[in-house]
Amino acid sequence: MTEQEATVVVNDLSLIIIVLLPFIGALFPGPMIRAGRNSCAIFTALPTALSLIMLLLLAPSVMDGQVIAVELAWLPQLGLSVAFFLDGLGLLFAVMILGVGLLITLYARFYLSGDDPMGQFYTFLLLFQGAMLGIVLSDNILLLLVFWELTSLSSFLLIGYWKHLPEGRQGARMALAVTGGGGLAMIAGMLILGEIAGSYKLTDILLQGEAIRTSEWYMPALILILLGAFTKSAQFPFHFWLPHAMAAPTPVSAYLHSATMVKAGVFLMARMWPVLAGTDAWFYIVATTGLVTMVLGALIALFKDDLKALLAFSTVSHLGLMTMLLGFGTPMAAVVAVFHIINHLTFKAALFMTAGIIDHEAHTRDIKRLGGLRTLMPVTFVIGALAALSMAGIPLLNGFLSKELMLEEAAHTTWAGSPYALPALATLGALLSVAYSFRFIGHVFLGPVRADYPHKPHDPPFGLWVAPALLVGLVVLIGLLPHIVEPLVRVAAGAVTGGVLPEFHLKIWHGVTPALFMSAIAVLGGAALLAIHHPLDRAWIAARRPEAKAIFDSVVGGATGLSQRFTQLTHDGAMSRYLAIFVASTTVLGYLAWRGGGLPAATRDLLPVPPVVLVGWVLLLVATGSVVLMHRDRFRALVVIGVIGLTVSVGFVYLSAPDLALTQISVETVTIMLLLLALHYMPKVSPVESSVGRRIRDGVIAVAAGAGVGALAYMFLLRDTPSISEYHLANSYEGGGGTNVVNVILVDFRGYDTYGEIIVLGIAGLIIYAVMEALLNGPAARKLRNTDYSSDRSRDRHPLMMVIATRVMMPMAILVGIYIFLRGHNQPGGGFVAGLVVSIALLMQYMASGFAWTQSRQRIEYHTMIGWGVVIAGLTGAGAWLGGKPFLTSGYDYFHFPPIEEFELATAMLFDLGVFLAVLGAVMLMLYSLSRIAHYAGETVNPEPMDYDPSTRSRIVKEEK
Amino acid sequence: MEFVVASSVGALTAAGIYLILRLRAFSTILGLALLSYAVNVFLFASGRLAIDLPPILSPYGEASYTDPLPQALVLTAIVISFGMTAVLVMVALASYLESDDDRIDLPQAEKDEETGRGATQ
Repeated sequence: MTEQEATVVVNDLSLIIIVLLPFIGALFPGPMIRAGRNSCAIFTALPTALSLIMLLLLAPSVMDGQVIAVELAWLPQLGLSVAFFLDGLGLLFAVMILGVGLLITLYARFYLSGDDPMGQFYTFLLLFQGAMLGIVLSDNILLLLVFWELTSLSSFLLIGYWKHLPEGRQGARMALAVTGGGGLAMIAGMLILGEIAGSYKLTDILLQGEAIRTSEWYMPALILILLGAFTKSAQFPFHFWLPHAMAAPTPVSAYLHSATMVKAGVFLMARMWPVLAGTDAWFYIVATTGLVTMVLGALIALFKDDLKALLAFSTVSHLGLMTMLLGFGTPMAAVVAVFHIINHLTFKAALFMTAGIIDHEAHTRDIKRLGGLRTLMPVTFVIGALAALSMAGIPLLNGFLSKELMLEEAAHTTWAGSPYALPALATLGALLSVAYSFRFIGHVFLGPVRADYPHKPHDPPFGLWVAPALLVGLVVLIGLLPHIVEPLVRVAAGAVTGGVLPEFHLKIWHGVTPALFMSAIAVLGGAALLAIHHPLDRAWIAARRPEAKAIFDSVVGGATGLSQRFTQLTHDGAMSRYLAIFVASTTVLGYLAWRGGGLPAATRDLLPVPPVVLVGWVLLLVATGSVVLMHRDRFRALVVIGVIGLTVSVGFVYLSAPDLALTQISVETVTIMLLLLALHYMPKVSPVESSVGRRIRDGVIAVAAGAGVGALAYMFLLRDTPSISEYHLANSYEGGGGTNVVNVILVDFRGYDTYGEIIVLGIAGLIIYAVMEALLNGPAARKLRNTDYSSDRSRDRHPLMMVIATRVMMPMAILVGIYIFLRGHNQPGGGFVAGLVVSIALLMQYMASGFAWTQSRQRIEYHTMIGWGVVIAGLTGAGAWLGGKPFLTSGYDYFHFPPIEEFELATAMLFDLGVFLAVLGAVMLMLYSLSRIAHYAGETVNPEPMDYDPSTRSRIVKEEK
Repeated sequence: MEFVVASSVGALTAAGIYLILRLRAFSTILGLALLSYAVNVFLFASGRLAIDLPPILSPYGEASYTDPLPQALVLTAIVISFGMTAVLVMVALASYLESDDDRIDLPQAEKDEETGRGATQ
C-alpha cells in the first residue's frame, strides 16, 4: 500500500466556466439550424471543445495529485453553494463526457435525417452534457442532486426525441419515472448523509467515513442513496427501463445509455466509496446486486434479436460488473472498476454507433434479418468486430484486461462463506458475455450474404464511421499498451479510495493465474453456447418470462386509477363538498392536536364584562344568527351583516384598537356598497336547494368548527406567551419617529408587508377592472341590455337632499381624510384609513349625482393612482439606500416654521402617501368597474346632477309663459 | 370579557362556515365576510385583551399599552379581505351574467351529490 501525500487544493474559477459552457452553448443550436445542419453541429461542438480544452489545461495538475476547487455561496442558510472540485475521478468522467460528446455530435450530424429537428436535438444534448458535468464535478451534494435531476429530465427529452413514436414516448416516461423516483430516494439519502456529517460539502463528507459508517442512520442513508444509484445505472430489479430507452435515436443510446448517464450511478457509488463502502451491508447489497445484474443482463442479451436491445442488456450486464467490483470494497477492486469504466466506454459506444450504422444502412436492426454484412460493409465490420471482441474479453484488446482483473478479484472473494459462489457466477457472466459478443459478430457480419435485406447495405460516409473508428483505435491502443492509461487509472482510483492504492501494474500477461483459466472457460463456453443458440433461442421464446414493461404499466395504471378515484371522490367539481371535507378534516386534526398536547394553567384573570358590552354581545350573536336564518333573502342579510361589522368596530374601540376601529368601519361601508351594487344584477333570493339532511350535516360541521375556534381563542386569551411586541413599543418613537405604534409598524418595522399588501390590493383592483372589461365585451353585455331592471329602480334616482348634502360634505370629508392621514404617525389614522375615507367621499358623489356626472369631473385615472401609490412607496423605501441604510428604513426630523407649531416630517409619511394613493385607487377602480355595468344595463345617463332640478324646471316654466 | 370575545369568534366562524357550504355564490360571499370578521378578531385577540390601553405612546412617563403588533397585522388584513371580497363578488357576478346561474358546484357534481353517490366514473 502506498500513501499519497496530502492533497493540495488549488482554487480555480474556470471550473465553473467548464460546467456552464454546455448550458450557454445550448442556446445556440436552435437559432443556428437556420444556417444549416453543419453550422448547427459546429456550434454544438464548439462549447464542448472549449470546455474540454479548459479541462485538459487543468489536467496536468490533477494528474500530479492536486485537487482543483472553487466555491461561491448560493444559499448558505441551506448549506447550498456553487461548489465544484476536480480530482482524478471527476477528471476521468469529465473527459469521457466531453470527449464522447464531441464524437456523438459528429456522429449525430450524419445520423439524423433531414426531417428531424436537429437544433432541438443538439440543444437537449448540450443540456444533458452540462448536467452530467455538473454531477461529476459538484462539491456540494445538494448541487449534485440538482444536476442529477437535470440529467433525468434531459434524458427524458432525448429518449422521447422522436415524439411521433409511441415507443419513444413510453420509454421516455418509464425512464423518467424510474430514474426520477430513484432520484427522490437519493435526495432523502443525501440529506441524511449531510446531517450525519454536519456539512453538505462533498469533500467534507468524504473525510467523515468513520462517523458515517458507525452512525445509526447509516443503513437508511445507504439504502436510499443506493436506490438512486441503482435506478440510474439500471441495476436489477430496476434494469428494465434501459432497453426501453433504446427507442431514442442511436447517438443518444451511445452517449447517455452506454457512456455517460447510466454510469452516473456507478460514479456516485465510486464517489461515496470512501464513506459508504467497507461494511458488510455495502458488500452484500452492492456486490450481490451487481452480480445478479451482470449474469441476468448477459443472459437476456443473448436472446435479444434487436441489435440495440442486445447492446442495452449487455450494458446492463457490464454496469452490474462495475457495481459488483465497487461492492467488493477492496481498493484493488475499485482500481479494476475504474479501468473497466474506461474500457467499457470505448467498446460499447463504438458498438452502439456500429448498430446505428447498420440500422441506417440496412434499415433494420433485427439480427434474424441480418448476416453476411462482412463483405458488404467491410469498414463497419472491422470496427464492430474489434469492439465486440473487446467486449468478449479477447486478448490484445482492452476488454480482456479489465475482465481478467475482474475475474482475478472475484476469484479470491468469499460470498456468504462460500469461496466458490462468486468466481463461478462471475465466470458464468463472462461466458454469457462472450456468447452474445460472438453472436453480434457471427449473426450480423458473418455467414452468407442474404438477398432479402430491407435495404441494400453498404459502408456509410466517412463522417458516420470516423467516430466509432476513433474509439476502436483506443480499444486496440489500450489493449496493446495498457500502461499508457495507467496514470489516469491510478489518479482516478486514488480519488475513489481516498488516497490508499495497492501496488499494481496494468499489463497483458499476468502469468498463469486462476483468472486465466476462468477466462479460457468463458471464451470456450461462450463459443459453445453460441453453437447451440438456435435451439436455446426457441426454448427461450417458448418459456414464460415476466415482462417488465407489462408489470410496470400495470403498476403505473393502478396508481393512476387509484389517485384518479381518490381525486374524483374528494374533488369532483362540487365546491361545497371539498370545502366541507377541508373544514371537517381541519377540525378533526385540530382536535387530535389538542388531545395530544398538554395545557398549561391559566395565567390571566378574566376582564370584567360591563352591561353595555353584554348588549353588544347579544346584538352580535343575534345578528349572526339572523344572517344564517335569513341568508336566502339576500338584501336583508346584507343589512344585518352591516350590523355585525359595526359591532365589531365598536368592539375594537372598546378593546384599545382605535386604528382597527377606523379601518373596520370604513371598510364596512365600502364593502356593503360593493355588495349592494353587485346584488342589483343578481337574483335577490337564494332558493332552497339542499336537503334537510345536508343542512344538518353542514350545521354540525359548522358548529364543530366554530366551537373549536372559539375554544382555541378562549384558551389562549387566558394565557400569556412571550412576544416580540415589546421591541416595537420600545423603538417606535426612537427608531420610527412616531407615537402611534400601529402606524409605525405598518410604515416602518413591517413596511415590506405593507408594501406587498398595497400591491396586492392594486392587483385586485386591476383584476376586477379586467374581468369587467372582458365581461362587457362578451355575451353578458347583450344579456344586460335585454334585461329589464327598471322595476327595482327608484323613481327619484338622485334625490335633491342627498345631492346637496353630499356636495356640501365632499370638501369636509376630504379634509377629514387629509387630517386622518396627517395625524396617522402619532395618533390613530394613517394612509389606509385616509384612503378609505376619501374613497367613501367620492363614492357618495357617484351614488348621489350619478355615474356620468361624477365621471366627467374626475381628473385622475384610478389605474394611474394605483401605479403612483406603489411607485411612491417603493421610491421612498429605496431612498433609504442613499443614506446607506437598508430598504424602507425611515428617517425623520422636527421643523419649526413660525407661526406654525413645531412639527415633524418623516419619510414614513411619504410611504404612507403611497399607501393612501394605492388604497384610494384600488377601491375606486373596483367600485367604478362595477358601476359601469349600469351603462350596459341600459341605465340612462343624466347630464344634470338631479333628475328633477327645481331651478331648471322653473326656468322652463318661465320660458313657456 | 374573554368569553364574550371567544364566543363571538366561535359564532361568527360557525355561521361563516355554514354559509360557505351553501350552494349559491352570494351565500358563499356572505359566509366569507363573516369568516373574515372571525379571523380578524381572532388574530387581534392573539395580542390578548386590554381596555383603555391603546398603543399610542404617552408623553407622560411610564404607561402600559396593549400589544400593537396583531393590530398592525389585522389592519392590513381587513383591507386585504375587502380586496378579496371585491374580487369574489366580481367573479360571482361575471359567472352569473355569463351562465345565468350563480351555483358554485359543477352541474354534474351536483347531480351526483343529490343522488348520493360520488362521481367515480
